[in-house]
Amino acid sequence: MQAVATKLTGRRGDSLLFEDVSFSLQRGQALVVTGPNGAGKSTLLRMLAGLLPAESGTFVLSGDDGVAVPVAEFAHYLGHRNAMKRELRVSENLGFWKDFQRSEAAEGLSIDAAIEAVELGGVAHLPFGYLSAGQQRRIALARLLVVSRPLWLLDEPTAALDRRSDQLFAALVRDHLAQGGMAIAATHQPLGLDDTRSLVLAGRHRAASGSVESWS
Amino acid sequence: MMALLKRDLAIATRSGGAAMLGVLFFLAVVAVIPFGIGPDLNLLSRIGPAILWIGALLASLLGLDRLFQADREDGSLDMLVMQDWFGLVATVFVKSLAHWLATGLPLVLAAPLLGLLMNMTALSTGAVMLTLLAGTPAISFIGAVGAAIAVALPRGGLLVSILVLPLAIPILIFGVSASYAAVTDPDPFLPPFMILSAITLFFAALGPVAAAAALKGASD
Repeated sequence: MQAVATKLTGRRGDSLLFEDVSFSLQRGQALVVTGPNGAGKSTLLRMLAGLLPAESGTFVLSGDDGVAVPVAEFAHYLGHRNAMKRELRVSENLGFWKDFQRSEAAEGLSIDAAIEAVELGGVAHLPFGYLSAGQQRRIALARLLVVSRPLWLLDEPTAALDRRSDQLFAALVRDHLAQGGMAIAATHQPLGLDDTRSLVLAGRHRAASGSVESWS
Repeated sequence: MMALLKRDLAIATRSGGAAMLGVLFFLAVVAVIPFGIGPDLNLLSRIGPAILWIGALLASLLGLDRLFQADREDGSLDMLVMQDWFGLVATVFVKSLAHWLATGLPLVLAAPLLGLLMNMTALSTGAVMLTLLAGTPAISFIGAVGAAIAVALPRGGLLVSILVLPLAIPILIFGVSASYAAVTDPDPFLPPFMILSAITLFFAALGPVAAAAALKGASD
């Protein structure tokens, strides 16, 4: 399985956020996207998830046999918001996403196992709204575990997390990569990984005819 | 998709959700009419079906704007939109259905009680219930389009009502005329009722597609 982005260009209104962003990612690799506020990190991730149309360029996810697969079915997207209902219990929230995003290809963890994996055993029966901001974020991470999908698109995944949870998150991503997954994360948190690529969006707001964006 | 139906129904019925709100509004609108009109029983029973229909229409518009907005606010909408085209259309269909089950169906069930307030005969009340049952789903399906268009607007409620109302007028016309036809003898009941059912089926097919297109475009 590999993910290849070719010459992606992102635009918000009139200003060009980034241009000619290209990268490729193999199984077990992670890409960390950094850059100042407003550099287009979220725009890039939403574009990769297919939630925003790309101004130009392509992003293709292909299976081991080289055949392109739909990103929507093979990628998890974790945005700024947690995609959980405050009124429903934690277990109901996770159970819903497990049913809704279920695929025949791969089973994820059970709901209890996922809650244990983010070290929040015992909160399953509580309404999601009762949890603290950090706990809510960890349950949102647990959503990535209940359905197994190879590519994780993470937008500031460690917002509201304390240091210990940061490490927990890094360990979850490492496990995911070790199992042959891929991750693209907009984060300033070091993931503690050996094989991490990085992509720096310089974040110069320019008119549409600006110069070429850099990436490394 | 059953999971989505169950989730939306759970949210609507829990914690003072939208389900009770619509019925209470319906009750309030219809209950004040006799006080305004005065105790003319013949007049009340004559205008009863129309009042019930108008009340039900306004009550179904209430809360329509939250159909997708609540999902947008907590980020769930991204995951709903992140599907293939068929999946998204089916999602919108299921959400509209859940909205009708939570807000439309209670209106149908509350209609007999309010029929008493309007001095309506049993036959007349039954006709209104039947036409509401056939007609109110269409309001949810049209409403899904309005809700999808206004999803990004913070105060979209009134806009949704204004977008939806013109399209809902035919439902009102045929719903009320079928209700009257059931009690006034020479008028045939079936033709307006069939047209009402056709409108519902038409919007059940078209509404989810249009709303899905709007959601795709609005995911920003």
